[in-house]
Amino acid sequence: MPMTMTQKILAAHAGLDSVVSGQLIEAKLDIVLGNDITAPVAIKEFEKACFDNVFDRDRIAIVLDHFVPNKDIKAAEQSKICRNFANSHCISHFYDVGKMGIEHALLPEQGIVTAGDCIIGADSHTCTYGAVGAFSTGVGSTDMAAGMATGKAWFKVPSAIKVELTGKLKKNTGGKDVILTLIGKIGVDGALYKSLEFCGDGVASLSMDDRLCICNMAIEAGAKNGIFPVDDVTLAYLDNRAERSPVIYSADNDAEYEKTVRINLSEVVPTVSCPHLPENTRPAKELSHVKIDQVVIGSCTNGRMEDMTAAYNILKEKKIKDGVRCIIIPATMQIMRECVEKGYVTAFIDAGAVVSTPTCGPCLGGYMGILASGEKCIATTNRNFVGRMGHPSSEVYLASPQTAAASALTGYITEYTE
Amino acid sequence: MHTEGKVFKYYDNVDTDVIIPARYLNTSNAKELAEHCMEDIDSDFVKSVNKGDIIVAGHNFGCGSSREHAPIAIMACGVGCVIAKSFARIFYRNAINIGLPILECSDAADEICAGHSVNVNFDTGLITDLTTGKTYSAPPFPKFIQNIISSGGLLAAIKNEGDKKDE
Repeated sequence: MPMTMTQKILAAHAGLDSVVSGQLIEAKLDIVLGNDITAPVAIKEFEKACFDNVFDRDRIAIVLDHFVPNKDIKAAEQSKICRNFANSHCISHFYDVGKMGIEHALLPEQGIVTAGDCIIGADSHTCTYGAVGAFSTGVGSTDMAAGMATGKAWFKVPSAIKVELTGKLKKNTGGKDVILTLIGKIGVDGALYKSLEFCGDGVASLSMDDRLCICNMAIEAGAKNGIFPVDDVTLAYLDNRAERSPVIYSADNDAEYEKTVRINLSEVVPTVSCPHLPENTRPAKELSHVKIDQVVIGSCTNGRMEDMTAAYNILKEKKIKDGVRCIIIPATMQIMRECVEKGYVTAFIDAGAVVSTPTCGPCLGGYMGILASGEKCIATTNRNFVGRMGHPSSEVYLASPQTAAASALTGYITEYTE
Repeated sequence: MHTEGKVFKYYDNVDTDVIIPARYLNTSNAKELAEHCMEDIDSDFVKSVNKGDIIVAGHNFGCGSSREHAPIAIMACGVGCVIAKSFARIFYRNAINIGLPILECSDAADEICAGHSVNVNFDTGLITDLTTGKTYSAPPFPKFIQNIISSGGLLAAIKNEGDKKDE
């Protein structure tokens, strides 16, 4: 039976020659991930079930990133549960304040995930690692607990949607515009339970940061995973970084797909998702009447170096519009350091922005930029549900770093043009 | 196994941010989470929900974040079952893994109204709208999933499996 790329990775990890969509399998895991919100629940379940040991202390990653440096006493207690567990089980990939970053920027950066891996994470955006050619999917805390104990997880083998990318992105558009365009086309449950397999001659022109951003939001179309083929860009990224050798899988030529969606990258325009669903997409230029109170540039979707550079190129030697709060959050300490070294942080501060250490904070309405009633924010984050960033009557517009930075200068949603 | 109670009805794409807003995720205590369940879209829910009551919703229930706090909060409110046209996949896994009964049934989700009294039999998948007298049939879970449910959750099922191998 011909298989998709995802199916090949799952078959290999289940010890089977082939799998078909709908088949229930048990697969070996290369990495099991959790954070300061989801790991405490997993740890509680792990201990309640009286498991003595984790399956492999080097294959578990616990990253404190949602509410750190801790926002309040309760959050501090959650971090303490993670810290104690990591210490007592000698978890090698434990990332506390000072070392941490937003998990989905950190794991690829540190080479903890690689091509051919089978990964679960107790965070819905775990699908990000499909960018390096891994099968990677979000699960809940109980699945994380089971994964930590056994090194395995059950999956229903997904069918797939083929996303054929052609052409080349125009200047001032990026991965975020591509994924918002796709979600706008297929809807928030357009890929429910399915894989989104990206392919086509347009792939080669996409940077790793673009691919990470695209796979990151596969879940926003309901997908089980998003995945890119492994090419020279992937291998160059993994070289001298990945702690395990990449294993390259590719879809069979005659693999079956439920449907094919075609996107010509040269036709992708700066795109914004309007409240309160990521599928409510509009070209940025049609939203110039929307006045904004806040801008957030960061998150597991767009807090990487290319995103920071895009924001810098627009904000340097300019002033953020009076009355607009602009919050910039590099996603990892390494990115933060590079932003300091390159003078980005100085430029951001001179422009009137604030720069924070890595945190998921505002993206999920945790802290560091909560919105009051009726306020509007343009953010490079991934969700714009009711109450996502604060008061239930506040509104979040999702966009690229270019669109967010340009909007910070005008106070209205603005398509960036040089 | 069955549940019986009154229906709370919601729309498509009920996301985990409205089931339990992230501002309350600084705790994993089920009772504390339950106090804020659904508050951003239905501030009366927590005040009026009783043990055994049933949530009926449209497509893609539980979309968004992977927070297991969402089914935990629903279960801790006393909700006996969620019926929807479809579930987001992580919510589906989480509900099964912690033992919150969920059923996919489009006709029931379309026709059953808020406030109706409904009985759900989990063994047969039979949903009875006691207000109208109409019955609906939800497809049964695959055996593998039935085993997780009957064991009392994923970890208990894994433990059972391990015990069997040891014998």
